[in-house]
Amino acid sequence: MMRDLHDHLKTRYRLGDLAERRANLAFVDVARADLRALLVELRDVHGFTHLSLLTAVDWIEEGRFQLTYLMNNRTANRSLGLRVFLDRADPVGDTIHDLWPTAATYQRELREMFGIAFPGSPRVDEEFILEGWTDMPPYRRDFDTLAYSQQTFSDREGRETHDPRAHMAKKLNPEGQR
Amino acid sequence: MIRFEPDRSQYPQPGDDGKLEIDLETGKYLKLWHGPNHPGITGNMSVELTLCGDEVVEGKVHVGYLHRGFEKLMERRTFIQVFPIVCRVCVPEPDFNEWCYAQAVEELAGIEAPEMAQWTRTLILEMGRFNSYMMAMGGIGGALGMGVIGQWMTYVRDLMLDRFEEMTGARIYHMFILPGGVRGHLPEGFAGRMEEVLATAERYLADVDKAMFTNAVFKARTKGVGVIDPALFEPYGVTGPNARAGGVAKDLRKDAPYLVYDQLDFEVVTETASDIWARAMVRRRDIDVSIALIRQILAKMPKDGPVMAKLPNVLHWKIPRGETYVAGESSRGEYGYYLVTDGSGYPRRVNVRGPSYTHAMALLEHLIPGTNIADVAALMVSLHTYPPEIER
Repeated sequence: MMRDLHDHLKTRYRLGDLAERRANLAFVDVARADLRALLVELRDVHGFTHLSLLTAVDWIEEGRFQLTYLMNNRTANRSLGLRVFLDRADPVGDTIHDLWPTAATYQRELREMFGIAFPGSPRVDEEFILEGWTDMPPYRRDFDTLAYSQQTFSDREGRETHDPRAHMAKKLNPEGQR
Repeated sequence: MIRFEPDRSQYPQPGDDGKLEIDLETGKYLKLWHGPNHPGITGNMSVELTLCGDEVVEGKVHVGYLHRGFEKLMERRTFIQVFPIVCRVCVPEPDFNEWCYAQAVEELAGIEAPEMAQWTRTLILEMGRFNSYMMAMGGIGGALGMGVIGQWMTYVRDLMLDRFEEMTGARIYHMFILPGGVRGHLPEGFAGRMEEVLATAERYLADVDKAMFTNAVFKARTKGVGVIDPALFEPYGVTGPNARAGGVAKDLRKDAPYLVYDQLDFEVVTETASDIWARAMVRRRDIDVSIALIRQILAKMPKDGPVMAKLPNVLHWKIPRGETYVAGESSRGEYGYYLVTDGSGYPRRVNVRGPSYTHAMALLEHLIPGTNIADVAALMVSLHTYPPEIER
């Protein structure tokens, strides 16, 4: 079924190969310029009316972000994940809040957590979860959580930190016998 | 029924850009923060209300009070290290996270959990759903001034937590479902003790029916209030009981059966009015479905058998590059995990799709304008939202 749909759509849209995960779940790459028209056709013609989620994956080694639009046909219970790739150096996505108002929330989160711009999306530049954040978007792969914690927080006074390997060796074998 | 109709001539008008022109200096409007610490709020979130008289003209949802960066934490842990933290994404119904994550890992790694584990997982998910509904029933009673409903439901939930404790060793975060299966078998005599809990629950629920659903005040404050137009369901991603209360007979347990739901007999509960009363009633009737399902599962499940599939060495477990999405019907609607792997020993990305993400943000902001200030709490609770699913 998903293959028929893919064959039908790829005559008019620039689509990659279909990656079938299950009988009712598949993923496909889509050219960014074709995304909106494809979403509208999937929604209005093929019954993919439910936006299950919109999220991003950081492929830092490849220098790009992947946006995943997971579309669901609730009558046929099939899901199609559309993958759109953005240049990591200047990530700008296309807002779809006019197609699904709930997408505005996802886009606001992606703006804050990955630094992906969605021009025209409502309240997209307002703080969503983070308040007064000045560092790089924290869900990017190159955000170092350990360094951030060490810079931002300090240890409680009197707290001792042990190297787990040395500590356990000492606990289990206090005499240091071989 | 007589409803109060305020003088709306003083209300703010939208400008050319469609935004409301709210000038607080005029003294016509009042800003009121509903939460984050407020008995009428569903967890640690807040709604910034703008009032004109006692009617809300604008509501903005603010989250960020309990963000713990779970999705980022998961990227820094091996596949097996992730499983004890996923349950902490959602307090009242944590088991759904465990199942979605385990199922997604199994799918990408090509592992199948044994039959005994599938039945036990289904049992745990229904017990979790029962508990979540107990909190929802108590919450909606509490939001409308009926604190005793909350006390009864908390008591019954506590009895179910006792069953969780004897099965898993933990009351809230069970960490029982892990990639490959479940941690153990049911204790000896579990079904009998569970039956006592279910029978007690039914007695209390009969009292709830009398005290709440036939109560004139409850009816007056919920019927025709907080109506969600079914045309909004798909644009706003409304799923689960919130959609079923508007006549949409969609339930992933039935439509896309997972675990052993295809071997169980149950009906999808629907109402038609799509108001607060209908949403409360769908949940009330769904508790009966859950109780019946728990009985069916305990009667039908195998008595013995392996509970874990053979896993590779979990300390060096690498999963080939791939992605999948696993979703099921939680007590609030579609709950799913999107898992991306890159061939390494760590997840590349884990994204949690909680139903509250859509219900408590875009939908709530859309529904709030025009609501009387006294009904805001009931409206929020009727959507049954949990903020941790938004800021995971």
